Amino acid sequence: MLKIDNLKVSYGGIHALRGISMEVPDGKIVTLIGANGAGKSTTLRTITGLVKADSGSIQWNGSELLGRSIDHIISQGIALSPEGRRVFADLTVLENLKIGAYLRRNKAEIEKDLNWVYELFPRLKERSWQLAGTLSGGEQQMLAVGRALMSRPKLMMLDEPSLGLAPLVVQDIFKIIQEINKLGVTVLLIEQNANMALKIADLAYVLETGNITLSGTGAELLTNEKVKEAYLGKRKD
Amino acid sequence: MMKKNDHKKSWIALLIAVAVLVVVGLLDNLPGKIVPSMLLTVLQKGAIYALVAVSMNLLNGFTGLFSLGQAGFMLLGAYTYAVLTVPVARQASVYQRYPGGGLGFSITESLSGAMGQFGLLLGVILCLILAGCVAGLFAWLIGLPVLKLKSDYLAIATLGFAEILRAVVQYDKLGPVTNGSNLLYGFTGFTDFHLGSLKLTTVMPFFFAGLCILVVVLLINSTYGRAFKAIRDDEVAAEAMGINLAKHKRMSFMISSFFAGVSGALLAMFQASVQATAFKAAMTYEILLIVVIGGIGSISGSVIASFLFVGCSEWWLRFLDNETILQNFGVKVKFAVVLGILVVAAAALGLWNMKRKGKKLIIRAAQGRPTVNWGPVLGLGLVLAALLWDVWFVISPNLKLPLLRSGFRMVVFSVVIMIVVLFFREGIMGDKELWDLGKKKRSAKAKAGAGNE
Repeated sequence: MLKIDNLKVSYGGIHALRGISMEVPDGKIVTLIGANGAGKSTTLRTITGLVKADSGSIQWNGSELLGRSIDHIISQGIALSPEGRRVFADLTVLENLKIGAYLRRNKAEIEKDLNWVYELFPRLKERSWQLAGTLSGGEQQMLAVGRALMSRPKLMMLDEPSLGLAPLVVQDIFKIIQEINKLGVTVLLIEQNANMALKIADLAYVLETGNITLSGTGAELLTNEKVKEAYLGKRKD
Repeated sequence: MMKKNDHKKSWIALLIAVAVLVVVGLLDNLPGKIVPSMLLTVLQKGAIYALVAVSMNLLNGFTGLFSLGQAGFMLLGAYTYAVLTVPVARQASVYQRYPGGGLGFSITESLSGAMGQFGLLLGVILCLILAGCVAGLFAWLIGLPVLKLKSDYLAIATLGFAEILRAVVQYDKLGPVTNGSNLLYGFTGFTDFHLGSLKLTTVMPFFFAGLCILVVVLLINSTYGRAFKAIRDDEVAAEAMGINLAKHKRMSFMISSFFAGVSGALLAMFQASVQATAFKAAMTYEILLIVVIGGIGSISGSVIASFLFVGCSEWWLRFLDNETILQNFGVKVKFAVVLGILVVAAAALGLWNMKRKGKKLIIRAAQGRPTVNWGPVLGLGLVLAALLWDVWFVISPNLKLPLLRSGFRMVVFSVVIMIVVLFFREGIMGDKELWDLGKKKRSAKAKAGAGNE
């Protein structure tokens, strides 16, 4: 279980997170919704260690992650599929996936997981020798997810996987997220597409200007008036 | 299946390498003047430049760190090698301006004294490794502050450090070791290698450079090489995959400098003398030229371009630097005709290329005035001017060839790099390798097959 307690992060005087506390229980899909600049990406980047926190704590199965190196955090079973996909454009699909397993040394296990990712995304297998930069947006997102899976994570963090994708492709991606979750991987999902995210989430948090203002199950927040108004685009009559 | 294929590939590669060495060895030992000595020079220097170009490509093309410090690290390697191998008996005369200078021992001399040619080889390998290590050590030191910089800033800082190194080596107080700004000479060179009466002068640089390039190729295809390429493509994403940016950049910088140091030592062996003034920024520029012409991110491209460049600069384009006066009118006419044919051929090639790409000189739009495609029109204008000049040259009484004089070669090279950067940014090989060319065809076929299903 991931437990964040009173986490504060600032970028040179600008407070991005003003003391948030949240939990990500094992085996669940947890989503974090909020407007642009609310601090969603900062939260994920702080968990991975890409951003240094001012204070607070991030506990992963009882051990503190704050202050540890990125490679340590990732080797503990946490993976990040970053915002905007960020696949390695000049490397082949296969090379991209192998870099996902960069910190692992057991070749047989890596080979096994490669086949597993290819099963999840048959499209990637077809294109395994193609350069990642030549893939379509949806395929690149699949590659970003597959690459993160190659580190064999217990907690998978996805930063806006629906960004810039056609609605049908978004549905595919969300289906796969649920599929991955059923295999026992905990998912922490950030989304602008609050409607889709809340539908599949077991637990959800609303982030506003660096504070968590609401939390509850996905279904609860879907019917919450405030959420409806601010994020689901339904006006009160 | 995969494993078996890999084995087959490495056997083929080994066979090709041995064949190249045998051919080079033959060229070295053919009797009389059949083989032009210039060819051997080009082969030797080309092999050495291939190694340093590959080392620069490892950093610039594969890790995405734009560094211009190559000449500095070559200098370190060359001096380390030379200082360690000047024979004891010759140290007094080499270091005549610094009495008591020199180390008082020579690694290659001691080892070859004890074990003959094998000892010599062992000593040279040892000194080459030491030369690389000194360069690598300095790279580590310089890297501490410099690798925090990005792109152009890194290039400027490394260029500066290379210049500082050049000045420091010439510092008078270091004279007893580096011989100040004087020549170091007399140390073990390629001519010292032979098997019985067989000369190995050209085989040795091929052997050493080939071995080092093989190591780089293996490195690039390893997990580390993949990490380097990931950093080149996207630093943030690479970091998110758990790749330690600082560590990998430092590693790439040190390995690249190590091989630059080795190639510097090889260059010293080739020239049979070392002087700091030769390792100027212009040398880095030459290497950059090779990397760009060969294709940034292609090892085989760097190797091919290196031989082409050295061949042009030492041999084929030498005439550009010599003032030439033709013997008589007949020779002048022949010259003008050849020049005219070349110009017309170039123009025809350009026009054919335009036709292939479907470009037109004047674009007629459905509405409005037609627009002129200025680039090709200007090119045709130049061709016309060149032909007119050609005619004028035949008529004029002057027998001296215009433009050709000392320094014109560099002008031509500069024009070539401008043309490459403007029109052939990919270079000879792009980021592909020779051994990928077959593979690409196969995968294209496979794709076509998949499309039919």
